[in-house]
Amino acid sequence: MGATGLAISFGKNSFALGKSENPVEFFGILYDSARCAGCRTCEFECAAAHGLPEPQSDVEPIRSTTEKCNTVVNTFKTSKGEVYIKRQCMHCSEPACCAACLTEAMHKNKTGPVTWDGAKCMGCRYCMVSCPFDGPKFEYHSANPKIQKCDMCYEKQLKGEKPTCVANCPNDALMFGTRRALIKEAQKRIIENQEKYVDHIYGEHEAGGTGWLYLSPVPFSELGMNTTVQQSSYPALTKGFLYSVPSVFVLLPTLLLGVYQATKNNLQNQEPNDEQ
Amino acid sequence: MMSNNIQISMEQNEKSGWRFFFAELKPKGKWLTPFNIISLPVMALGLILIVIRFIYGIGAVTNLSQETPWGLWIGFDVVTGVAFAGGAYVLTFLFYILNSRQYQSIVRVTVLNGFLAYVFYAGALLLDLGRPWHVVNPIIGNSFGVSSVLFLVAWHFLLYMIAQLIEFSPAIAEWLGARRIHKILSGMTIAAVIFGITLSTLHQSGLGALYLMAKGKIHPLWYSEFIPILFFVSSIFAGLSMVIFEGTISQRVFSDQLDDQSHQKHERIIRSLAKICTGTMFAYFFLKVLVFIHDENWTLINTPMGYWYLVEMLGFVLAPMLLFLYGYKSNNTGIIKIASVITIVGIIVNRLNVTIIGFNCDMSTHYVPSWMEFVVTFAVIFTEIWIFRWVINRMPVLRESPSWAQNH
Repeated sequence: MGATGLAISFGKNSFALGKSENPVEFFGILYDSARCAGCRTCEFECAAAHGLPEPQSDVEPIRSTTEKCNTVVNTFKTSKGEVYIKRQCMHCSEPACCAACLTEAMHKNKTGPVTWDGAKCMGCRYCMVSCPFDGPKFEYHSANPKIQKCDMCYEKQLKGEKPTCVANCPNDALMFGTRRALIKEAQKRIIENQEKYVDHIYGEHEAGGTGWLYLSPVPFSELGMNTTVQQSSYPALTKGFLYSVPSVFVLLPTLLLGVYQATKNNLQNQEPNDEQ
Repeated sequence: MMSNNIQISMEQNEKSGWRFFFAELKPKGKWLTPFNIISLPVMALGLILIVIRFIYGIGAVTNLSQETPWGLWIGFDVVTGVAFAGGAYVLTFLFYILNSRQYQSIVRVTVLNGFLAYVFYAGALLLDLGRPWHVVNPIIGNSFGVSSVLFLVAWHFLLYMIAQLIEFSPAIAEWLGARRIHKILSGMTIAAVIFGITLSTLHQSGLGALYLMAKGKIHPLWYSEFIPILFFVSSIFAGLSMVIFEGTISQRVFSDQLDDQSHQKHERIIRSLAKICTGTMFAYFFLKVLVFIHDENWTLINTPMGYWYLVEMLGFVLAPMLLFLYGYKSNNTGIIKIASVITIVGIIVNRLNVTIIGFNCDMSTHYVPSWMEFVVTFAVIFTEIWIFRWVINRMPVLRESPSWAQNH
C-alpha cells in the first residue's frame, strides 16, 4: 500500500480548512507544582465528571493512572521537602498514540485535546506501546474494553468551559489557555521567582512539545517524571520507514520483473542441454 | 440447447463435487497417534480459554498490564511466527524469479506453510484485539490511519494472504480436478509472486518498524533505528531454517507422499539453502555489529542484559552461521539440520528480546506470560498443523502434480 502517497492525495481536507477557517491554536494546561497543595480535589472532580469510581481517600503516595482513574496526584520527598505532582495524559502536540492508531480512533483535535473514539478503536493497544508517557490505559477485565485517559474535558471545551480539574483547583495550581500564552506565563513565573522554580518548563520541548506544561521547585527527575523522553516528535521516528514504502512499492516489483524476464530467457536456452 | 447442456453438466459436477468434498473432510489414517493424543486436549483447553477471554476480557487469561500491552500473543504468535513464515517469499523468489528449478519439490509445501502461518498467527491477533468487531475499520475505509505502521502491516497481512492463496491455488484446482480454472490460476502465479515478495519485504521490516516509537521502552541493546532492516534480513534465514526443519520432519511423517528420489533431492536442497543461510546470517551479524558500534553500547555489555545479548549474538547467530558454513562445505546435512534448529531458537530469542524480554525490562514486576497464554498459543499451532496435515494428505503438495497439470 502506498499509504503515505494516499495521505498526500487525500490531504485536500486540510487544504480547504486553511482557506475557510481562522488558524486555531492548541490549548493546554499549565500545572504549577509549587502551588499545588496535594489536596487531590482534581482527582475526585475528574472521576465524578467522567463517570469513574470515586478515588479512595487513603492511598499510596506514588501511583500511576489506571483505567479507572484518569489523573493522580503523587507525593515525592525531595531535596525541598514534600512536593506534589499531578499526572495524566500529556496531550502531545505530535502524539505518538495518534500516529500509531490505524483506525484514527486516537485523534488530536484542532484545539489540542487528544481524544479516543470507541466507534473506531479495535483495541490493539499500539497506542499504549508507542506512548512515551504511558498515557492510554486499557480495560483488561471487560468484554467490551475501552481506552481510558484524560481527554482534557474536550466536550466542556467545546462549550467554552474550562476543564474540570482547572475549574475546581482551590490553590490556583492549574491554568487553562493557549499553549503559547501558557509558556509565556510559565517563563514569567520562573523569571520572577528564580529561587522558587527550576529553570525548566517540562512539556515545552519534551516529545516535541506537550499540551500539559509543568513548573516545579525541584528537578523533574526527583518527581518521577520521564526525563529520558526525547526532545523531538515521536511520530517522526517512523517517518523514514513510511516514506520508503511508496518507493519500494514502485521499484521492487520492477526489479523483480526484470530479473524474472532475464532468468526466464536463460532457462529456455539451457533447457535442451538439461534434458540430454 | 448448448447452454442447457452446459448447465446440466455443471450441476452434476457440483453435486458430485459436494459429495467429494464431504468425503475428503473425513480424517484419513490412524486416530490414536501420539501427536493427536497430545494436541487434541490442548486444542480443547485452548478453545475453552478463548471463550473465557471473550466473556471476561483479555485480563482474565493473560498477564498483560498497562505497562506491557503486548505479550506472548503478539511477540511470539505474530512477530516470531511471521518471521518463520518468511521462507515462502524467499523460496518463491528463488524458484519463480531466479528460476532455480531445483527447489520445485519444496515450493508448494513452503507456500502452504506460509499461508497457514499467516492465517493462524495473524488470525491469533484477533484474540488479542480488545474490540475485534472493529477489525475491518482500517480495511473498509471509514477510518484510514495512514500514518500508522500498523495500518501498513494490517493491509500487507491481508494482501499477502490473498497473494499466497493465489500462489497455492493451482494445487487446490488439481485436487478438485478443475482443469480450466487451473490454467487461469497458474497464469496468475508470477504476478502474485512479485506482489507477494514486495509485500513481504515491507511487512517483515514493518513488524520491526512497529517498535520504532517505543524508543526508551526497549532495552538499548535491542532498540535501533535499523530494527526494520534487521527484521527483514533475519526473516530470510529464519524462514529458510524453518523450511529445512519442517522439511526434515515432513520427509519422515509424509513419506508415503514422496517418491524414491525425493530424499536425495531434499538433501541437495538443504545444502543450497544452508549456503543462503550462511550468507544472510553473515550480513545480519555484520549489521548487528555495525549497529552496536554506531549506538556506542560498549558500557551496556558488562550487565546481565549485556551477557544475554552476547549469548544471542554469539550462541544463536554466529555459532549456527558457522555450523551452516561447515555443513555445506563438508556436505553434512545432519550439521545443517542442527544449525537450523539453533537458528530457530535464536530467532525466537531475538524477537522476544525486542517485544517482551527487553520491553520495559527495568520495571520491578516484569511481564511473564500466564500458562493460559501458552496453552492458547500451542492450541493455535496445533490447529495449524492439523489443517496442514489435512491438506498434505489430499492435495498434490508433496507428491507430484497429476500429469495433466505438469506442463506449465
